[in-house]
Amino acid sequence: MVVATSPAMTLARDADGNLANRADWTKEIAVQLAMEEGITELTDRHWLVITYMKEQFEAKGDAPSIRKLTKESGVETKELYALFPKGPAKKAAKIAGLPKPKGCI
Amino acid sequence: MKKLVILGAGTAGTMMLNKLSNVLDKNEWQITIVDQHETHYYQPGFLFIPFGIYQRKDVVKPKRDFFPTGANVVMSEIDRIEPEKNQVILKNNVVLPYDYLIIATGAQIRPEEVEGMKNGQWHKSIFDFYTVEGACALADFFKHWEGGKLVVHVTEMPIKCPVAPLEFAFLADSYFTERGMRDKVDITFVTPLPGAFTKPRASSILGDFLNKKNIHLTSEFNIARVDNEAKRIVSWDEVEVPFDVLVTIPTNMGDPAIQRSGLGDELNFVPTDKNTLVAEGQKNIFVIGDATNLPSSKAGSVAHFEADILLENFMSVVEGRAPSQKFDGHANCFIESGFGKGILIDFNYDTEPLPGKFPLPGVGPFSLLEETKMNHYGKVMFRWMYWNFLLKGQELPVESNMTMAGKRM
Repeated sequence: MVVATSPAMTLARDADGNLANRADWTKEIAVQLAMEEGITELTDRHWLVITYMKEQFEAKGDAPSIRKLTKESGVETKELYALFPKGPAKKAAKIAGLPKPKGCI
Repeated sequence: MKKLVILGAGTAGTMMLNKLSNVLDKNEWQITIVDQHETHYYQPGFLFIPFGIYQRKDVVKPKRDFFPTGANVVMSEIDRIEPEKNQVILKNNVVLPYDYLIIATGAQIRPEEVEGMKNGQWHKSIFDFYTVEGACALADFFKHWEGGKLVVHVTEMPIKCPVAPLEFAFLADSYFTERGMRDKVDITFVTPLPGAFTKPRASSILGDFLNKKNIHLTSEFNIARVDNEAKRIVSWDEVEVPFDVLVTIPTNMGDPAIQRSGLGDELNFVPTDKNTLVAEGQKNIFVIGDATNLPSSKAGSVAHFEADILLENFMSVVEGRAPSQKFDGHANCFIESGFGKGILIDFNYDTEPLPGKFPLPGVGPFSLLEETKMNHYGKVMFRWMYWNFLLKGQELPVESNMTMAGKRM
């Protein structure tokens, strides 16, 4: 059995498993959070979405929904699901160190 | 004269019209309600139509039967709201100025949002049951169906009454068992959620019910398109689910008039303060029911609880005070589980559905998160309560905000 030793595991989390404090987020932590979601490598396309999520959160106080992501991030739905399998909005928010988007109930 | 305009005469709008007509002085206030349709639908009843339990006549009544005498009713489509001018423009260019506005324009299904859903097998082997037309078409289909793969599918959240698709699957199990053909019907429940329902504890209990009833669950399925030729639904990550009959809950969106007014989010729901029910960025516009973007269920019970809060806050605002009452996201849902039984859940923004007794702690008569015959009777009885009390804005013996009394942690 592999014992996880990533620093991200020691950080405070909310009920959804997302970072409790946005200030804890770094690019290195993002890589570890991605691993938790089964994403082994963060490409430029991943970072495009993650950066967009962070900007939207700063501006609006909520992470964007999948519909908004498709409309405004410049990445098509199909590719979003390839980058962040199963739940692009939810997973990208987690990796960006943000709480789960309110739209995802 | 002060002018109040209510947009939408569904469950929420009709309740507010009745409640406010009772309290606002007729010499000081002119209340106008706007709707484009003459017929009021008891939407919770649509669920029962495909199984022959209800027919169209059981779920329709004229809207006018529920308006107070002397109500100013305008039958028209709404073009747009102009909040900066405090006016509503109707389709025929009639202008309705207002001092206060209540938006109760609801939510509707939009099957055209998914590639292939509306333009092939729609109402032939692909059905909705969120419209009376869809529910009746499905009833006709089931009468002659000889079995095969039945897929019950949720397109994307949020949807009206998030428990309805589960109830549909439970009732289908019951219906085909009683017709002696359950062995010929393979039922699969397909959802974008990680489990059977939105809230973890209820999700796990309701997931067990699916198991017990031999209903397969495909979770985290985000539909990309319907393949009409091969009769299958395909997700964005290329998972395929074949069907002989697809019963889908299409994307739910707010009224197009909300979009034309620039007042909606990407699903045309109005961003609304989740406690006061005032439209965000507005002072004299309130929003109630399915039209809001609140993180609560879109359900008649929610609209009913909101109505009491909205009434108080409306009176505060017109008297120049800050809105004082806070809505807690309270929802109360009877879930039909088939074979004459039902499950009841009661929850709010912060508290997920818990087991216990309702509404009287320790007594009931209803049981929370348990399957009982009494819960089923509650659901059946509710239609009568709806037509006779709820729409007319009369009090029901249930608190607007949720109570922990009677619940077990």
